[in-house]
Amino acid sequence: MSQPAAPPPAQPPSEPQDAPVAAPAATEERPPGLLQDVLASSWLMTVCAIVLALVIGAVLIAAADPDVQSSAGYLFARPSDFFTAVWQTISSAYAALFQGAVFDWAAASPQRAIRPLTETLTISVPLILAGLGVGIGFRAGLFNIGAQGQITLGAILASWVGFTWHLPAGLHLAVAMVGAAIGGAVWASIAGVLKARTGAHEVIVTIMLNNIAVFLVLYLLTTSVFRSPTPQVGRTVAETAMLPGLLGDGFRLHLGFPLALLAALGVWWLMERSTVGFRFRAVGSNPHAARTAGMSVPWVTITVMAVAGALAGLAGGAQLLGTERNLTGAIAGSIGFDALTVALLGRSKPLGTVLAGILFGAFAAGGRLMQTRTGTPIDIVLVLQSLIVLFIAAPPLVRAVFRLRAPGERRRSTAEAAA
Amino acid sequence: MGSGHMRLELRGITKRFGSFTANDAIDLVVEPGQIHALLGENGAGKSTLMNVLYGLYQPDAGEVLLDGEPVTFDGPGAAMAAGIGMVHQHFMLVPVFTVAENVALGHEPTAGAGLLSLGEARRQVADVAARFGFHVDPDAMVEDLPVGVQQRVEIIKALSRDAKILILDEPTAVLTPQETDELIEIMRQLRDAGTSILFITHKLREVRAVADRITVIRRGKVVGTAEPTAPETELASLMVGRAVSLGVERTPAEPGDVVLRVESLTVRDAVGTAVVDGVDLDVRAGEIVAVAGVQGNGQTELAQAVLGLVHPTAGSLHLDGTDLTGLSVRDRLRAGLGFVPEDRSTDGVIADFSIQENLVLDLVDAPPYSRRGAIDRGRLRRNAEQRVVEFDVRTSSVDAHAGTLSGGNQQKVVLAREMSRPLRLLVASQPTRGLDVGSIEFVHQRIVRERDNGTAVVIVSTELDEVVALADRIAVMYRGRVVGVVPGGTDRDVLGLMMAGVPLDEAVAQTAAHHTTLGALDTAPPTQAAQPTQAAQPEEEGR
Repeated sequence: MSQPAAPPPAQPPSEPQDAPVAAPAATEERPPGLLQDVLASSWLMTVCAIVLALVIGAVLIAAADPDVQSSAGYLFARPSDFFTAVWQTISSAYAALFQGAVFDWAAASPQRAIRPLTETLTISVPLILAGLGVGIGFRAGLFNIGAQGQITLGAILASWVGFTWHLPAGLHLAVAMVGAAIGGAVWASIAGVLKARTGAHEVIVTIMLNNIAVFLVLYLLTTSVFRSPTPQVGRTVAETAMLPGLLGDGFRLHLGFPLALLAALGVWWLMERSTVGFRFRAVGSNPHAARTAGMSVPWVTITVMAVAGALAGLAGGAQLLGTERNLTGAIAGSIGFDALTVALLGRSKPLGTVLAGILFGAFAAGGRLMQTRTGTPIDIVLVLQSLIVLFIAAPPLVRAVFRLRAPGERRRSTAEAAA
Repeated sequence: MGSGHMRLELRGITKRFGSFTANDAIDLVVEPGQIHALLGENGAGKSTLMNVLYGLYQPDAGEVLLDGEPVTFDGPGAAMAAGIGMVHQHFMLVPVFTVAENVALGHEPTAGAGLLSLGEARRQVADVAARFGFHVDPDAMVEDLPVGVQQRVEIIKALSRDAKILILDEPTAVLTPQETDELIEIMRQLRDAGTSILFITHKLREVRAVADRITVIRRGKVVGTAEPTAPETELASLMVGRAVSLGVERTPAEPGDVVLRVESLTVRDAVGTAVVDGVDLDVRAGEIVAVAGVQGNGQTELAQAVLGLVHPTAGSLHLDGTDLTGLSVRDRLRAGLGFVPEDRSTDGVIADFSIQENLVLDLVDAPPYSRRGAIDRGRLRRNAEQRVVEFDVRTSSVDAHAGTLSGGNQQKVVLAREMSRPLRLLVASQPTRGLDVGSIEFVHQRIVRERDNGTAVVIVSTELDEVVALADRIAVMYRGRVVGVVPGGTDRDVLGLMMAGVPLDEAVAQTAAHHTTLGALDTAPPTQAAQPTQAAQPEEEGR
C-alpha cells in the first residue's frame, strides 16, 4: 500500500551522519572569525561614535568662529584664507581641549603641565561612582533616572556627619562616606519599594524624587542645623572627614579616585561573580524566567535600587568630602544626568563606565581651558557629549558611516536557513 | 477565476548560506488539485524551500516551473502575481483592522481618485467565503477572532488574489485540535475546487489525514516520497533518519501515596472570572496524570497555581501533606517541585544567559554552586558539561547563549535544570510543543523515567497524542472545571467530547453510537460527532 522511494532500512548507510537534529544546532552558532568579532564589538562602535562626534563638533566649532565666518564671505576670491581659518580654529580649539584635560605642554612648570590630567580624574570621581550605580540599574532592567537626587541625599548626609560629629581622622571619613551611601540608598529605595509593591514606574518616581531632593537641600540650608554665616551655603565639614589629597598642594585629586576604581572592581565582582548579581542580571534579562525559577522580582527591584542609590550616594559624598566641603543647592551639578550618559557610553560595564567617566571628566576639564584660551564656548562640550549619546543610540547610523558589518548578520542568515 | 488548475514543479533547487546547504537539489512536483505534504523536522530546510518558492530567496541552482514554464520571482509580489499564495506560520494581519480591510491590504480596491472602496473588499471576502464555504464576517475586527478564524482570513487573503497554489507553512502549530480539524476540512474543499496545496508540517497524523502525496526532506535533501497510507512509524523514520518509537515504552504505573492534593481550587483572573473553578485532583507518586483540554480552559492557571505564580482565591494545595499556601515559588521548588513552563522561551530560559547559567537559575544561590554569595564557576561548568551530555543538548559549548539553541535543545536545558533537584512532583506544561520527533521522543522518555523513579507527574497538554502516549490517568478540563478523570487508555473520541464539555457517560454513549464512522479515523474531530451536519467524514483507506 505504501511505496516510499527510500525505505528506512536503506537510509543509515547512505548517510554517515546519524544525528540529523545536530544540523540546525551546529549552524546556529556564530561562525568563527576574529575580524568579524572585532568589527561587531560594541567597543569599536563606541570609539567610532566618539570620533564621529568630534568630527561634527569640529564643523560646529569652525562655523561659530568669527574669523571663519568673515573669510567665508570672500571664499571664492581667496579660498586659502578660509581653509587656513578653519584649520586654525579647529586645531587650536581641540589643542586647548587636550591641554586642559590631559597634558599642558605650554605650562610653566612640570607640575602645572600634568595638573590637567589630575583635574580630569578629580572630576571623573563622582561620574564614575554614579555611573556604576546607573549601570547596575540598566543591567537589571531598571531605568534609574534618580542619580541626581541620590547624589544630593548622599551629599546631605556626608556633610551632616562631617560637621556635627567629632571623630578621629579616617574613622570620621569612613562614617561620613557610609552615611552618604545610606542616604542615597534610602532615597533610591523609595522608588524601588513603590515599584515592587505598587508597580509605580521607576522613571517617573525617580524624576520626581530628584525635584524633591533639590528643594530638600534648599530647605535644609535655611535650618539652624545646616545654616552657616554665608547664605545658601552649608556649614563647613571638619578636616577629619575630608577625603585626603593624593598629590599635595596645588592638586585637587583626592582619595576618591582610587575609591571609585575600587568600587568599579566591587561592582564587577557583584555582577559577574556573585549570586546577587546573577539574580540582578537574570531579572534584567528575563523577569518571567527568573520568577519561574523561584527568584523574587520585587526583592531584586528593591535591592538593585538600594545598591544603585548607595553608589550614587557615594558619588555625592565624594563630591562633598573631596572637593566642595560645603553643602550648596547646586552640589549635584549635572552629575546625576551625566552619569546616565556615562553608564550608557560604558555599556553598563564597570571598566567601560570608568573609561567613560574619565572621558567626560576630560571634556569638563578641557572645556574650561578651551573657552578661556580660544573663546570657543564651553557649550560645545555639551554638544559633543550629546552627539556621542546620539550615535551610540543609533548603531545602524554609525555602522553605515564606517561601513561596519552588523553584529550577528551572518549568524542570522544561517539561522534562518536552518529554520 | 481563481480556481484555474496549475502544476508546480521544483527542479534541483539548491540554496546555500555560506558553507551551509539548506536545500540540496530538491525536486518536487505538485499536481493540479492535489494536497502535497512536505514533511520534515525543524531545521530540515522546509521553510527555506518555501521562501525560495515565494521569491524571498533566490536559489543558487535549479528552477521553478509553473505549468512547465520556468519562472523566476524577485519577490513575493511576483510570486503572488503568478498565482502562488502563502499562509505564514505567524500571521501577517493587522489586529485592529477588520477582515475586509486586512484582505484588501496590499492591493486596496479604489473607487477613482484613490478613495478606498471597502465595499469591494467586503464583496471579495463574501465571494471567496461563499465559493469555498467559509464562514467569516467581513466586518469583524481581526483581534477579536479566534486563531483558527484568523488563519482563515489569511487563506481568504491569498485566494482573493487568485492564488492557484496555496502554501501553508506549519498551519496547525497554533491551532487547537478542533481548529485543526476545521482547517483540514477547508483544505479538502479547496483541493476539490481545484486549488493545489503545499502543506508544510512535521506532524505525521495530519499528513496522513489530508495529503494526497508526501515528500519527506531531511537535512536539505529529499529522502523519499510516500503515500498517505504509509504507516506513521515509516514516515517518522524517513523524517528522522533512524527508527523512532512513536509510542512511549512504559510499564503500568505503580501509584504510591498521594503527593499532590488539589482541593476545590479556584483561581480568578484580573476581572474576577473563575478561570480555575473548584478543581479537585489527587496525583500519586509514580503515576502520570495528564490534564487535557483545549487551550484556555484553565490548565495553564492550574499549573501556575501549583508553582505559586498565581494565587488561588479559594481551595488548597498540599504537597506531601504540606500546605503550599503562603510558600514562595522558591520554597515550593525546594520542597521537591519541578516545573516545565508552557512557554519555554519566555518562562523557561533566559536567552542571553549561557547554557551553564540557565542550568542553575534555581539553585545558584545555594551550595554547591555558590558559597557565601560567591558563585563557584568551576562547579557551574562541570555541572553543565555533565548535564549537556546526559540530556543530549546539541551545542558546541556550554558557554553558548540559550537563545542560540533550537527549541528542542532549549527544552532539554529546562528539563535538565528541573530534573537536577530531587523531585517529588513534576509539572510539565506542553512539554513537547513545537519540538521535532527526535526531541519529543527524548522528552517523553525522560518524563516516564522520572515517573518510574517514584515522582508524581502532571502533564498539561492540548495534544491528544501526547496525552494518550504518556498518561496513566487523564483529567479533562473544560471552562475551568474538571469534566472527568479517566484511565490512560481511554478512547480518543471520548476524550475529544469531554474536551468540548460533554460529561463522561454521555461522551461514552455518543461515541458508541457513532463508532462505525469515527472508529476508522485517527483525527476524528470529536465535536463533529455532536453535530453530524458536518458530514464530510473523510473515507480513509482503512488502517
